[in-house]
Amino acid sequence: MTAVSEDTSVRRAPPSGRARRGFRLFGAGLGGLGGVIATLFGLILVTFLIGRAMPIDPVIAIVGDHAPPDVIAHVRDQLGLDKPLYVQFAIYVRDLLSGDLGRSVMTSQPVTADIGRYFPATLELATVAIIIAVVLGIPLGVVAAAREGSRFDHAVRVLSLAGQSIPVFVLGLLALLIFYVKLGIAPGTGQVDVAYEGMVPDVTGMLVVDSALAGNWDVFQDALWHLAMPSLILAYFSLSIIARMTRAFMLDALAGEFIVTARAKGLSGMRILWRHGFGNIAVPLITIVALAYAGLLEGAVLTETVFSWPGIGLYLTVSLLNADMNAVLGATLVIGCVYVGLNLLADLAYRLLDPRVK
Amino acid sequence: MTALSRREWLLTEAPESRRQAAWGRAYRGWLQFRRNKLAMAGLVTVIVLVLAAVFAPLLTLQDPSTQDLAGRLAPPSAQHWLGTDELGRDLYTRLLYGGRVTLGMVIAVVVLVAPVGLAVGTVAGYAGGLADRVLMRVTDIFLAFPRLILALAFVAALKPGVSSAVFAIALTAWPPYARLARAETLTIRNADFISAVRLTGASAGRIVLRHIAPLCVSSLIVRVTLDMSGIILTAAGLGFLGMGAQPPMPEWGTMIAATRGFILQQWWVPTIPGLAIFAASLAFNLLGDGLRDVLDPKRG
Repeated sequence: MTAVSEDTSVRRAPPSGRARRGFRLFGAGLGGLGGVIATLFGLILVTFLIGRAMPIDPVIAIVGDHAPPDVIAHVRDQLGLDKPLYVQFAIYVRDLLSGDLGRSVMTSQPVTADIGRYFPATLELATVAIIIAVVLGIPLGVVAAAREGSRFDHAVRVLSLAGQSIPVFVLGLLALLIFYVKLGIAPGTGQVDVAYEGMVPDVTGMLVVDSALAGNWDVFQDALWHLAMPSLILAYFSLSIIARMTRAFMLDALAGEFIVTARAKGLSGMRILWRHGFGNIAVPLITIVALAYAGLLEGAVLTETVFSWPGIGLYLTVSLLNADMNAVLGATLVIGCVYVGLNLLADLAYRLLDPRVK
Repeated sequence: MTALSRREWLLTEAPESRRQAAWGRAYRGWLQFRRNKLAMAGLVTVIVLVLAAVFAPLLTLQDPSTQDLAGRLAPPSAQHWLGTDELGRDLYTRLLYGGRVTLGMVIAVVVLVAPVGLAVGTVAGYAGGLADRVLMRVTDIFLAFPRLILALAFVAALKPGVSSAVFAIALTAWPPYARLARAETLTIRNADFISAVRLTGASAGRIVLRHIAPLCVSSLIVRVTLDMSGIILTAAGLGFLGMGAQPPMPEWGTMIAATRGFILQQWWVPTIPGLAIFAASLAFNLLGDGLRDVLDPKRG
């Protein structure tokens, strides 16, 4: 509700010129923040309700099937499960705010600690993937738009449609089959070869970074090598979206009259394309890239399962199969929060950087 | 009338009836669509998939769940066109029956989602004010959820299976439709013909239902078609993670999960359902892409 009232107050403020722009930026921040708070609240509520709708009794999950009735009653009391739902929700939110996501039955560690250990590997995978997707996707889209209707354009179109259609786990399995099993040029699953495991101290949790920090270049090379295939496969989906959107935006931009003017002035084709055309679409593209990055977190769940990549996605699926609900809900919540945060960043970037947004 | 060929009747510049105008418009759209080879390929594939799924019992000779442990993991042969799976079941048969599961899930999601999105969007757009803000805030909340992750959590809470998967996907799939319908409604609501209808005393409900909603349908169809590939991929992903359709149901993602361990020796066993998912998803993407060019030329 706060978000709604903030929105109206911004709309009612009509001062002119510079002040108006200042107000707008401020309002954009507040409006975005209000939306994010509402979204986070929704996310927390949904995960809470999922946890309560579970067919698994959380008490039995902790004490086991054969615990005496008074132990069960005691634990039930301790967990606050006999209290009304809204009180339970308040307790849940209070625990969340103090960083307590409960204890994982499977690892018998606090879920927060587990996630802290698994999340960096996902971050590593997703970040490398988004870099690949941007570096390849944007030039493909720009050139396809510049040569609209050409063979190259069609090839990019087919490539990106295929990328949006192929399940990432099928691609992963096929890549393992071809490059690891048949050709033997790619390493197998996991983050690093078994021989190198545990050889560098854990600093950031991202093995490529850690091995570089430790100066252990054998491990670094092996880790990078292991990272190549899963990140390329994960990148393909985002690459398709980025190339496709870049092409669409560029076609719009190149149809503008300022392009005709630039041509009439005798500017070079490259300069028109990249400075006048691309310069105009850079801001909306930031939004697309941020959203694609968020989307990678989802793809990571499947990619990590195929490549046994020790990230949060693998943690989530293994917990799911073991009905380890605290872990499942914790991982869902963390991925959801990152997703919402990236959405907010995309929104803010768009509102703040593009002077045309009203 | 008899002097005119059917084609001339359809393409006339001066239609004599509303019906003729509507058919003429549809025919022109079809002519435009037909020129797009990729879109036609998509359409043909979708039709083949639907027919194969509907007539699966007629097109196959075996039963999808009859096991033959002696003949497990057999390569393709005259008896088993695509070979057999890990329990000796005929892969070709299971592939066709799997199409039923996948297409059934897609249709179920769309049937659940499109009307909800349409209703929320048109009401929010037409009513404006507080109703608009509240409805759109709720929409934005759901839009910001990661689909597969939330679907996973939902399915875990309910019970792994087709109906839970459909419900979970539907819950995360409706917001884009609401936004789209609202955007369309905003452009229509101040049109002269809406004012005219209002002057004749039509109620708000009637205006939304009879005059605004039908105009949102074409862009909604485009969006639904493009969304189908996403739904197919999510459903298959859930199946692959063991949270969608449960064995022995012949769902494509589940089939891959069950046989991925055999990829080293019998690579075709998990690969064939993978290609089926790819083909289905690509077909809907191509079809949607072509439909968008015809029905919704504004959005590139």
